[in-house]
Amino acid sequence: MLNYFIRRVLASIPTLLIVITIAFFMMRIAPGGPWDKERSLPPEIEANIMKAYDMDKPLVEQYFIYLGKILVGDFGPSYKFRDFSVTDLLMGGFPASLQIGGMAIFLAVIFGTLFGAMAALRKNSAADYSVMTMAMTGIAIPNFVMAPVLTLIFGVYLSWLPVAGWGDGSFQYKVLPVLALALPQIAYIARLTRGSMIEVLHSNYIRTARAKGLRERLVLLRHALKGAMLPVVSYLGPATAAVITGSVVIETIFDIPGIGRYFIQGALNRDYPLVMGTVIFYGVLIIVLNLIVDMLYGLLDPKVRLHD
Amino acid sequence: MSFKSRTGKIFSALTLTLSLLGAPIAQADTTLRIGNQGEPASLDPHFLSGDWENRIAGDLFMGLTTEDPEGNAIPGAAESWTVSDDGLVYTFKIRDHKWSDGQPVTAQDFEYAMRRILLPETAAEYASLLYIIKNGEELNTGKAKPEDLGVHALDDKTLEITLKGPAPFLISMLTHYTAFPVPKHIVEKYGKDWTKKEHIATNGPYKLVEWLPNTHVKVTKNELFWDAANVKIDNVIFYPQEDAAALIKRMRAGEIDCIYKFPSGQIDWLRQNMPEETKIAPYLGTYYYPINTKRAPFTDKRIRQALSMAIDREIIMDKVLKTGELPAYSMVPPGTSNYKEPSYVTWKSMPMADRITKAKELMKEAGYGDDKHLKVQLRYNTDDNHKRIAIAVAQMWKKIGVETELFNSEVKVHYAELKQGNFEVARAGWVADYNDPQNFLFLLESTSKSLNYGNYDNPDYDKLMEEAYLESDLKKRAQIMGKAEAIAMEDAPIIPIYYYVSKNLVSTKIKGWKDAINDTHRTRWLSIEN
Repeated sequence: MLNYFIRRVLASIPTLLIVITIAFFMMRIAPGGPWDKERSLPPEIEANIMKAYDMDKPLVEQYFIYLGKILVGDFGPSYKFRDFSVTDLLMGGFPASLQIGGMAIFLAVIFGTLFGAMAALRKNSAADYSVMTMAMTGIAIPNFVMAPVLTLIFGVYLSWLPVAGWGDGSFQYKVLPVLALALPQIAYIARLTRGSMIEVLHSNYIRTARAKGLRERLVLLRHALKGAMLPVVSYLGPATAAVITGSVVIETIFDIPGIGRYFIQGALNRDYPLVMGTVIFYGVLIIVLNLIVDMLYGLLDPKVRLHD
Repeated sequence: MSFKSRTGKIFSALTLTLSLLGAPIAQADTTLRIGNQGEPASLDPHFLSGDWENRIAGDLFMGLTTEDPEGNAIPGAAESWTVSDDGLVYTFKIRDHKWSDGQPVTAQDFEYAMRRILLPETAAEYASLLYIIKNGEELNTGKAKPEDLGVHALDDKTLEITLKGPAPFLISMLTHYTAFPVPKHIVEKYGKDWTKKEHIATNGPYKLVEWLPNTHVKVTKNELFWDAANVKIDNVIFYPQEDAAALIKRMRAGEIDCIYKFPSGQIDWLRQNMPEETKIAPYLGTYYYPINTKRAPFTDKRIRQALSMAIDREIIMDKVLKTGELPAYSMVPPGTSNYKEPSYVTWKSMPMADRITKAKELMKEAGYGDDKHLKVQLRYNTDDNHKRIAIAVAQMWKKIGVETELFNSEVKVHYAELKQGNFEVARAGWVADYNDPQNFLFLLESTSKSLNYGNYDNPDYDKLMEEAYLESDLKKRAQIMGKAEAIAMEDAPIIPIYYYVSKNLVSTKIKGWKDAINDTHRTRWLSIEN
């Protein structure tokens, strides 16, 4: 197991290097630069800035300078947010994204599997159709529609919760963004669970368990649900990475100090170090979460074993 | 019960009642919450470039001059000044006041700040604004030493600024954040970390309490501000929310008191539902289309004139924008200081039908007509209004036989292409940094490089502008610049479309808010009545 773990970690290094290289050069190929804006800068001012950020050097040289810096953990200064380094921004924003995303994923797993299992057990019943209709609606309605509707109802009309903001980070500020983030995930997981649960319920080992006279509750909880969770678990890896690195829509609408906005802001501002920082951060997170998913897979499915 | 104990109880009860009554009388802290529509890039005045940053920096720092409630320049950190007869040397007397850490603000702080922003290694985006100072450009391009700069502290309280030419706009320009002082003792001690809340010292009405990127910047009243007694609002929170619709919801929910730049598309709803809060006022800016004068056939003045004449600006104002913008027929907006009435295009009062006829004639003279249509690519950057205006303009140009291809790109790409001259006609806008016609007209000088998008190059225009730079008599200067603008309007290197307006939502509980042509509303002039 440990060897497997180490092998996977080592194998991820070239993957990450490829990601960094592609991201670095693609950013530079994109037209428009960090200082192209509504008010064009006089050439001499732009030259001063390019020099200050080593951007007057050949691109390949800049690439190796960048690689050298990230090896020692220096992700560079943000071009746009000049009072912060990229590390400051990512480390400052991640706790908020993690809290919102973590809570949303937690809710999604609990309610998604619950609704999905319920629908599967009452296949083709009114309960099944209601859950599936809700799930389809949840998937179909995008965040940028869901979030304003939630704020309008609970913030503006009912005045139960703040419309946006982080305040002192207290619970009430997190309710609406967590809900807006969790609802589509709940819907997706419910649909996934229902499908795989129905398949599992028809499989031989469930039939065997029932034939052995095992109580139905145990059959469902210990065998069926465990098997049905496999596709959910594989979905959870990238979904968790996506959710806890922050949703740009949710963070913008609710004014949350997370890192989601840095992906978009960085790209739009051509803030190369910030984009690279977020890409690396996201890449590492995906790799780690996929590793966890693979480990969980081994625990859930006896057919899958992690060989040393 | 004895008398003594009874009076004691009565006294206690009275005290308690009075203290309870007194509780609401004691004023709670007042907080102004501003929907600021952008995250500040920095709190260092030398690294700013946007109005959303100016709002914060202007509450934290105070330049030699500052803005009154209507946005006019008034004494700030300097209590008075004198100007030499030739208009080149300004001597400022620094007001007796302190940084928020208790250190006195000195003339050396200003000398240090102006040298710092102009040092090439500072890499300040807006340094060119101070090129009017003697050796400013030379210092910024590495051709002069810091001590050569025409800014000298004569003693702790006297600052002398020497200009390279008379600039009557200097007093207005010094309200700009590029001319704010920075605390020399703090910057030298902490380097780039000087703006962190544990280090920063400010000389404005407020000081920094908290900055949580993408959430808020909170400032609180600076008790050491020289006029602190008249500052009525205790705290200001700036929310960097970019989503205007979300901001409006927050304002309706009572979470925000004021929003800068509401979207034009919301105007009908706002006029109906929040009429008292909706504040629209003239704003010192021009929305225009530069034409690439170096690309055929736009090298032909007649074509440029025809394109300008065929645009019915009134329809754009009334049907597309609907937010009270004024149709533009000049580069400089009316109401600009140190100027007369702008030099409008000669056909300004011509009825639209006659303008179309004239425009068709011009096109014909240039070789275009029904048999040969002119094809124009009109570029604009992503924005709903830019798109709607471009569509309307394309329809208007159709009337004079022009086929328009609309080309949209995101803002970075748009301006990168403009800078390189890769366009025919494009959307652009300019909002003045200081209230003076020069701040608009310099855009069309051949030496303005990247800002003169259309590469307009007319030696007569340049000569007049040069003449204006050397003229210290305000009246004569205005006349010279008026002549220059008239030449440019005749040459039509740009098509003025409209003069901007400021579009803000201000809660009715905010008092002291006045229309300001530069849309600057410093918190020190405001108060909140619940």
